[in-house]
Amino acid sequence: MDSNRQVRLAIYRKKFGAVLIAVQIAITLAILSNAVTLIAERLSWSSQSTGIDEDNIFFAYAENVDVNPNLGAEQASDLAALRALSGVVDAYATNAFPLQGGGWSMSVGLIPSQKTGRADTSYYFGDEHALHTLGLKLIAGRNFSPSEILDRNATSFPPVSGFIVTRILAEKLFPAGDALGRSIYVETETTPAPIIGIVDRLQGPFVDASGYFGTFTESSILAPYRLLDEYSTFAVRANPGALNQVMKAAEKKLGSINGNRIITVQSMAEVRKIAYRSDRGLAMILAAVTVTLVAVTSFGMFGLTSYWVVQRRRQIGIRRALGATRLAILRQFQQENLVIAALGAMAGIALSVALNLWLVQHFEMIRIHAVNVAGAAVALILLGQIAVYWPARHAANISPVVALRGAQFRPSKR
Amino acid sequence: MFNYYLKLAFQNLKRNVWVTVLMILAIGAGVGASMTTLALYRAMSSDPIPAKSHELFVVQVDNLGPNKAGEQSEGFKEYLSYIDAVALMKARGAKRQTLIYTTYLKARSAPDSKPVGAPVPAVYGDFFKMLDAPFKYGGPWVPADDEAGAPVIVLSRKLDDKLFAGANSVGKSLDIAGVAYRVVGVLDDWPLVPRFYDLHVAPFGNVDEMFIPFNRAVRAQAPIISGSSCNDPRPPEWSDFLHSECIWVQLWAEVPTPEIAAYRSLVNNYAADQQRLGRFHWPAHTQVRDVMQWLKYRHAVPGQLGILLLASFGFLFVCLMNAMGLMLAKTIGRTQDISVRRALGASRRAIALQSLVETGVVGLVGAAIGLAITMLGTFAIRTVLADQYAALAYLDAKVVVIEVICAIAAAVAAGLYPTWRAAWVQPALQLKVE
Repeated sequence: MDSNRQVRLAIYRKKFGAVLIAVQIAITLAILSNAVTLIAERLSWSSQSTGIDEDNIFFAYAENVDVNPNLGAEQASDLAALRALSGVVDAYATNAFPLQGGGWSMSVGLIPSQKTGRADTSYYFGDEHALHTLGLKLIAGRNFSPSEILDRNATSFPPVSGFIVTRILAEKLFPAGDALGRSIYVETETTPAPIIGIVDRLQGPFVDASGYFGTFTESSILAPYRLLDEYSTFAVRANPGALNQVMKAAEKKLGSINGNRIITVQSMAEVRKIAYRSDRGLAMILAAVTVTLVAVTSFGMFGLTSYWVVQRRRQIGIRRALGATRLAILRQFQQENLVIAALGAMAGIALSVALNLWLVQHFEMIRIHAVNVAGAAVALILLGQIAVYWPARHAANISPVVALRGAQFRPSKR
Repeated sequence: MFNYYLKLAFQNLKRNVWVTVLMILAIGAGVGASMTTLALYRAMSSDPIPAKSHELFVVQVDNLGPNKAGEQSEGFKEYLSYIDAVALMKARGAKRQTLIYTTYLKARSAPDSKPVGAPVPAVYGDFFKMLDAPFKYGGPWVPADDEAGAPVIVLSRKLDDKLFAGANSVGKSLDIAGVAYRVVGVLDDWPLVPRFYDLHVAPFGNVDEMFIPFNRAVRAQAPIISGSSCNDPRPPEWSDFLHSECIWVQLWAEVPTPEIAAYRSLVNNYAADQQRLGRFHWPAHTQVRDVMQWLKYRHAVPGQLGILLLASFGFLFVCLMNAMGLMLAKTIGRTQDISVRRALGASRRAIALQSLVETGVVGLVGAAIGLAITMLGTFAIRTVLADQYAALAYLDAKVVVIEVICAIAAAVAAGLYPTWRAAWVQPALQLKVE
């Protein structure tokens, strides 16, 4: 009897158990491949760089409780005090910062009242210290000069002399690569302003991976404004290693300038942690469920194969007595599992794709990669081989003498 | 007899301890994981106000036209312009109505005390009646306060505890931006999840701490934090902004079921009138949704949670198949025992019953393991998920009962085929083979 026939026969005899294993592998594969796709996407989304010097930056908020008629003077003295603190590299006042969770967005036009083909972007304010504070490098053009910085509030603003934009936005607006010096319409349909500088990367304040805000993550504009509002946000960059000490000093300093304010400080590391907490949390929960699932499937194969070995003790003994080598017995069990697992994996590949299509249609899911499906299939088949190795070796060690004794259905160990 | 089966069950389970442990772990893990996500999902997708969700409606009117609206499906944005909101409010087509937007205010109970900053929904007095808000002290403000935009305020129980040590603060006042707001009511605990009236600010978090009249907020030009959108540049002056096509107001209406058709046509007629007047250059395009339709439309439950739920139930299914395979193997392995019992006169029924008792025991122990895993799971969710969802991951009596029933049902379901196989073991044949 050739070994292929042996394997087929053996599988046929225990068909129900074999079907159970194959179905388990198919479902496990479908879940595993989709979970890996989703987890990889979440992790790469949540670990992308914002482009700023995250390790050394923190933010300070100062919130006026009573109406303050002189917000401009207050902000100027706040900034001067922050820049003068020991351990501070630079500081500026802004309206929003990367990963804040919400901020300003604008749609940019190349002509007045452009109807279609506008580019959405995040919209930041900053003075001539902004680039230095954030640690951004200009790849083209120039920084703002102090004379260009203008005061504004949420709704009324003077026209600016120019914008600094990110490389991605520049490429989107001017695919030919001649963005520098070209005029764009932002926030206004009457007075355009030129792009005076381009930075390599500056992520927006929004953190949703999907939906509208996910479409312009890397498009940002820096406008030379000072936002005068009851609520001031300062970005501060500290010398390496001095962050914690500078944060405490800054909180105290701002409180001493005007005690009638709510002052809070938050490091960029904390901002990032909060921004991606749900993304990473979901990835972790899904990973935990998937790992347990794979473990359960492996243990199931192990358990069922162990039983088959016990059940077929006598048959194995006879084969051994008739001259089958230990290796042949070991091979047989491994081959059996390989065939069952491969059949399951084939069904699983189809199921993975079907499940993925369904998920894409009904949930915020991305398309599955062929690599993930194939990788998961190979991994499960390998796991199957590992799971049956121990029971198969046990089978190979059955003595030919068993054939001479009466049937032994019970495991010898009690 | 049952005791005898139970004794046999324990004997059998003890005989192959490893397989038994695997079986119990499989059922426990499957039930535990699926119950953890189910508890979270149920908490997030349940009807926030079951008694009234089908009588509360949010109104959408397309005031931007087919070319300018976009992003949202069906060409709607989620808010109304102030013009449309006020006009529909004046039409009084519903039993009760309220306009809503959320602002941010800083309040103080005394001039020198530490201020409390919080998102504050600006609403009409009817809002509280519409949503069945429970009051601990006082009640909503009166319609005259709505009209006048009076500086009155309703506090949450939590804020009352914080500012007034839980005393009846009705009649006292809070200082907000130099204006004294008179407290007219203090809410009791109000578990409204999700807070469907404003899905922008932590919808799964705690209830808002302060509420002020809509017209008061508009008169104070209180900043909008619930979201606003302008297609043309936003007018810098507040009064111009109010009369612009910028959208930022929600209109919620309470309409008894028999009158809803009339209300829908009222809204539609209003939009048609706007076209006739030349303000809209497109046919009336309106939508009136109830609470659950609104939550679905706004994707209030994160889609990722659905994926997680699906994964855990797939997991439960695999665990069941696993347990079934192991039980089957055990049954086949015990064929000899069963055939002897059959030959000694045990009926098929007796064999089947005995096998079911055995699976029941597995299910019960599996349920205990599952409960432990659910507890660990909810704890894990509380630690890894953002705070606003974390409060939802809890284990209540209902989940525990569902879990125990589910585990036993799962074990018995997994044991059905093996039981059937056991019952059909032939007594004579088996003895002959041996």
